[in-house]
Amino acid sequence: MLAQQIVNAISLGGVYALFALGFTLIFGVLNVLNLAHGALFMLGAYAALAAVVFLQLPLLAAVLVAMLVTGIAGWILDKVIFAPLRTRRAPHLAPMIATIGVAITMTSLVEGSFGAENLRFPPEVLPTEILTLGPVQITQLELKIIFLAFALMGVLLWGLKKSRFGRALRALAESPKAAALMGVDVEGFFRVTSIIAALLGGASGVLIALNTNAVFPHMGQPMLHKGIAVVILGGMGDIRGALLGGFFLAFAEVFSVAYIGSTMRDAVAFGSLFVVLLLRPQGLFGHAAQRRA
Amino acid sequence: MRRSGELESSKTPANLMEWFESFWATYNTLVLSIGTNVLLALSIYLTLATGLLTVANAAFMGIGAYTAGLLTTQAELPFFVALLLAALLPALVALMIGGPTLRLSGVYLAMATLAFGEVVRIFILNAEDLTGGALGLNGIPQLTGGFEVVLIVGLTLYIFLCLARSRIGMTMTAICQDETATELMGVNVRGYKLFVFVVGAALAGLAGGLNAHFTFFISPNEYGFERAVEILAMGVLGGTGSPWGAVVGGVLITVLPELLRGLGHYRPLINGVILILIILYSPKGIWALLRPARAATGLPGTN
Amino acid sequence: MLALSSVSVRFGGLHVLEEVSLTVPERGIFGLIGPNGAGKTTVFNLVTGLLSPSFGAIEFMGQRMNGMLPYQITRAGIARTFQNIRIFKEMKLVENVLVALGARSTYTAGVWLPLTSYHDAERQDREVARALLAKVGLADKAERYAGTLSYGEQRRLEIARALATQPKLLLLDEPAAGMNRVEKQVLVDEIVKLNQNGLTILIIEHDMGVIMNLCHEIAVLNFGSLIAVGPPDKIRANPKVIEAYLGPDDRSPSKLQVTS
Repeated sequence: MLAQQIVNAISLGGVYALFALGFTLIFGVLNVLNLAHGALFMLGAYAALAAVVFLQLPLLAAVLVAMLVTGIAGWILDKVIFAPLRTRRAPHLAPMIATIGVAITMTSLVEGSFGAENLRFPPEVLPTEILTLGPVQITQLELKIIFLAFALMGVLLWGLKKSRFGRALRALAESPKAAALMGVDVEGFFRVTSIIAALLGGASGVLIALNTNAVFPHMGQPMLHKGIAVVILGGMGDIRGALLGGFFLAFAEVFSVAYIGSTMRDAVAFGSLFVVLLLRPQGLFGHAAQRRA
Repeated sequence: MRRSGELESSKTPANLMEWFESFWATYNTLVLSIGTNVLLALSIYLTLATGLLTVANAAFMGIGAYTAGLLTTQAELPFFVALLLAALLPALVALMIGGPTLRLSGVYLAMATLAFGEVVRIFILNAEDLTGGALGLNGIPQLTGGFEVVLIVGLTLYIFLCLARSRIGMTMTAICQDETATELMGVNVRGYKLFVFVVGAALAGLAGGLNAHFTFFISPNEYGFERAVEILAMGVLGGTGSPWGAVVGGVLITVLPELLRGLGHYRPLINGVILILIILYSPKGIWALLRPARAATGLPGTN
Repeated sequence: MLALSSVSVRFGGLHVLEEVSLTVPERGIFGLIGPNGAGKTTVFNLVTGLLSPSFGAIEFMGQRMNGMLPYQITRAGIARTFQNIRIFKEMKLVENVLVALGARSTYTAGVWLPLTSYHDAERQDREVARALLAKVGLADKAERYAGTLSYGEQRRLEIARALATQPKLLLLDEPAAGMNRVEKQVLVDEIVKLNQNGLTILIIEHDMGVIMNLCHEIAVLNFGSLIAVGPPDKIRANPKVIEAYLGPDDRSPSKLQVTS
């Protein structure tokens, strides 16, 4: 059922790309490897679940709530951790180590508050209608997920390419000093980038949670590893690479599960990550990025 | 306790003996944990002091733990041999992947070692016939005693202290500060990096072997991300100024969750908070707070 | 002693060095000058092994150096200082020098045993390190942290460290940068002394006064190509050199006084 696999891969790829976009955005602009991105992903899933269960919100509203929550978390992350370290000109691996601390802390808190078990969305919330498009059967849910993922990516890409904000952001990514000299509010932009990246992470968390109907504290971990694999494949800080890499990984996973077996699925991500790092650290699409001033 | 026979000594008063025996009965696991954690802290201290941020030591610990555990349970080899191989096998693995991996630096090295850790964990998980997979390895004999741990930790610490004061230690610090300049002074930087990586792996493996033989049961999740973070926290907390920092880091990380009653469950939370606090307020580790005169070189990536 | 034959360094379409050939004679003082971006530091990076040439060969004392690792090249007898001083600021002066001495030492094995032979050897090395520091006039500051030194003193430390590797060829990258007239004279005297003791020197400098007085021979680079080679007075009068520095207008080819 090739067509079916392709549809699965597209929906998975959309989410992977969304996650990777947030991840690579922080690396490209703030020059930080945000290892708390997986925790933000997890936070988004829990926030959406809470919105549905406690606030009785419909699905779309829940997604927005999740994005709001993770956006705030991203704001906090920058304000409390990244910004002070920037001011102090900390060694450049320091923020990354701090995000490891944040990730573990968040995961631990969530586990303590909600328990370690797999939580599910209440069945009445998930649309179960199945549509048949030719040889492919796709649930309404999956369709919504694909739509949402692509919509968010579209907005982001359009924003980056066409808007004044996007142009400033790209300038900032190349050279913060030069951007500052041109009147760009560097700190403000860093903060906003952090928020946007967190939003994307949270959104992808909800989407995966809906896709698999599983919400658990450690769900960010494997996703983080996949995010790393994607941005390495696509080139660190490279937007286009994150997109292509996300779909590439999704396709590789779906097809290896179909034809090899599911236990080694995660190994596909890490195996390729390891190999790429060793052979071509700038990724399949990236260029050896040199940060100038 | 198995050891009570050896505690006889005509010179010490009887109540001290009793106190020691009851102390040991209650706290032996804690003391042994402190010992293995200090070893782990020393293993990452070595690489951090040379400017390498690697998070692979949890995986090496796992390899060591499973090696030793399998050797004592399946092959019924003596403990000493099992420990030796627990140190040797991770060292060999480190030797194999070290060459290409250590060419990376900064975030790339961290990510590669992170990925390596995951690969090892997945491998252990899937090699069910050998390792018991997700169900873990059960019934490992309780062979680790205070004596072994103290001996090994003491020996390692002594060697590290000598190393730190010697020119080798100076060269490691130099590599951490400016790799290129150091290489241009005729130092085989690649060789040094491989050396610390392999020794660190051996030490972590040894710690794993020791740890497996007082926890009775091991599973792949013991050696995953949370363990890697714990080891990193110990290293960051201790700082790279001196091996004593690693001792402090190892002791604190082990003991703190126990002291804060009932929070033993929240061990990962505490490690996370410690990491954040240290990075924000004392990036050179707690040792720098205690001994500000002898400035530590700080974390990798300082230059 | 050192020979570059048709060496080119290209990064994709960027030709950093094109067909550069030059020979540094033994016991000479050879200058390398040219406008910023001409490729001078690239030559240094090539010679010390930090870069590999895209084409061409580098020979040192008859031995082919292409592809050798930097530390091997240093052990073969080539040492260098940097344009932006790269000393270990958080280590003591004597430690800075000790690291450089270490490359040649053979006594590492006994490091964890209080064997007298190890400690004797280490003590000896410390003596050698102090002697080197004395040579550059920093003996009294041996136990201070390198970060506390003044700029000029840091430069001298760099030289001491380079000397510790017992080089036969010393590469100096803009050693006079940021120095006043007096310091420059001291530097020149030091370099002449080192040369008289048998060291071959290759020096990049912008200060024409220093270069013209010091060097036996000078090579001029511009946009990655060698435009002139010869003794100082020939170079001074060379119209191509003048054009490279001052632009293509007419100036009398007399004394070239450019101070940095």
